[in-house]
Amino acid sequence: MRKTGRVWTIVMIAGALTFMVLFLLLPLITVFAQAFAAGLPGYLAALADPNAVSAIRLTLIVAGFALAVNVVFGLGASWCIARFRFPGRTMLLTMLDLPFSVSPVVGGLMLVLLYGRQGWFGPWLEAHHVKIIFALPGMIIATVFVTLPFVARELIPLMEEQGAEEEEAAILLGASGLQMFLRITLPKLRWGLLYGVLLSNARAMGEFGAVSVVSGNILGLTDTMSLDVKALYDDYNIVASFTVASLLAMLALVTLVAKVVLERQFQAESREARA
Amino acid sequence: MAAARQSGILPGFRLSLGITLFGLSVLVFLPMAAMVGDAGTLGLSGLWRLLSTPRVLGAFRVSLVCAALAAMTAAVFGLLIAWVLVRTRFPGWRIADAMVDLPFALPTSVAGIALSTLYAPNGWLGGLLAPLGIRVAFTVVGVFVALTFVGLPFVIRSVQPVLQDLDVEQEEAAFMLGAGRWQTFARVLFPAILPSLCAGFTMAFARALGEYGSVIFISSNRPMVSEIVPLLIVNQLEQFDFAGAAAIGTLMLVLSFCVLLIIMLLQRFVRTARDA
Repeated sequence: MRKTGRVWTIVMIAGALTFMVLFLLLPLITVFAQAFAAGLPGYLAALADPNAVSAIRLTLIVAGFALAVNVVFGLGASWCIARFRFPGRTMLLTMLDLPFSVSPVVGGLMLVLLYGRQGWFGPWLEAHHVKIIFALPGMIIATVFVTLPFVARELIPLMEEQGAEEEEAAILLGASGLQMFLRITLPKLRWGLLYGVLLSNARAMGEFGAVSVVSGNILGLTDTMSLDVKALYDDYNIVASFTVASLLAMLALVTLVAKVVLERQFQAESREARA
Repeated sequence: MAAARQSGILPGFRLSLGITLFGLSVLVFLPMAAMVGDAGTLGLSGLWRLLSTPRVLGAFRVSLVCAALAAMTAAVFGLLIAWVLVRTRFPGWRIADAMVDLPFALPTSVAGIALSTLYAPNGWLGGLLAPLGIRVAFTVVGVFVALTFVGLPFVIRSVQPVLQDLDVEQEEAAFMLGAGRWQTFARVLFPAILPSLCAGFTMAFARALGEYGSVIFISSNRPMVSEIVPLLIVNQLEQFDFAGAAAIGTLMLVLSFCVLLIIMLLQRFVRTARDA
């Protein structure tokens, strides 16, 4: 009986790992194998291409802005949703989740229909010479849209679990709202905040659907790395395409490692809190 | 649920609510209204005429069927992987556990070119399948593969914590008392994890339904055969058919809301079951 149990377990492990190798590991290896298909010189040449460099720069700019907005929005949303009860709160929570469940393409489309030339705000924006769609602001807005829930979704359960006693005590002892926020709220949330930022950064740098709808794909001008991957691939420039893709894959791997590290930090801290 | 109560003395309610409402208005409410409004310009009969064209119906059929099959596959193998990750330890366990989130972290366009290269007739896996007469890349099967890839982590991460809470002893006791492997699974394990499995399935389905980036590379993108709804929307936009794109987008939005509602109910069910 023991023995059949062991055999059974090994079969299960083998089955699970086979599926993971086929569906997860092989695609990852493919990226690097194709990127280095022309050797290191080919890889470096593709990296040095001005289009690739400008795509990397644009990706960093878009992700940077999107993260800043996300942190402010995430802190605001989680503060009012976790600390207060008010009519419409559940509706806000549901709306907050919408960007997760709606297609990024639909997200991009909604933005085009609002901020684009034919959109509701189009004439007004054009009269004031503000270009959002097919320009950088649109890409930032689209990226914020798809990453909107990440920070708030991490912080809300964390805040609810921690409770408001310390913050209430600070206020009762005469701290100002800002003092309470900087000395109590923020330090207590730091790991959760970092975790949310990490997840939204990975998504922000890699977002494709929503950004491609609002960007207009002007090569070298409004191409992020993720869009550049497609542009190069469509041009049959396979090595260059996979070279840019390999940078994004490395970002994904760094994200996975950082996620494990942060989760361990979380567990250590909640164990401390319980002790 | 500790201490999440109404706080009379905490500051910042108006500021934080203002930030939230402004963000949601600019990014969600107003854009949503614009899309639904644009779709409304078609009128009911126009909407019906558009949505019942063979191309639109075909795209919804491809999207719904592929997403459902992919979510089902992800549910079956995700359950297996979750069980193995919770109940067993093996060399490389930590790496395997971390790898589960790869589809979350890997940009969809990267996944798309990687999968289509892998499954192309001259690729590592496509080359093995080609002699068997199975073509994956540039067919509708490719759509299914890409959607399974993006859906997998949702199932695993949804089932894993529930399995962790479940007593191993219960499983072993059932087994010792003479229940077979299959009976133990069907009578003890499966009922306990079913709600979380359903939640994972629904999330994988929602994600798969909206997925765009990884699919367009591996699919042949032929209307009525392998064209998915998000791609159809992009095509409509490229032809400046804003009302048509808005109409299809609105239908997708309605589907998203339905799925969101189902997920919410299932998660509530899982939480009360876990707390009990």
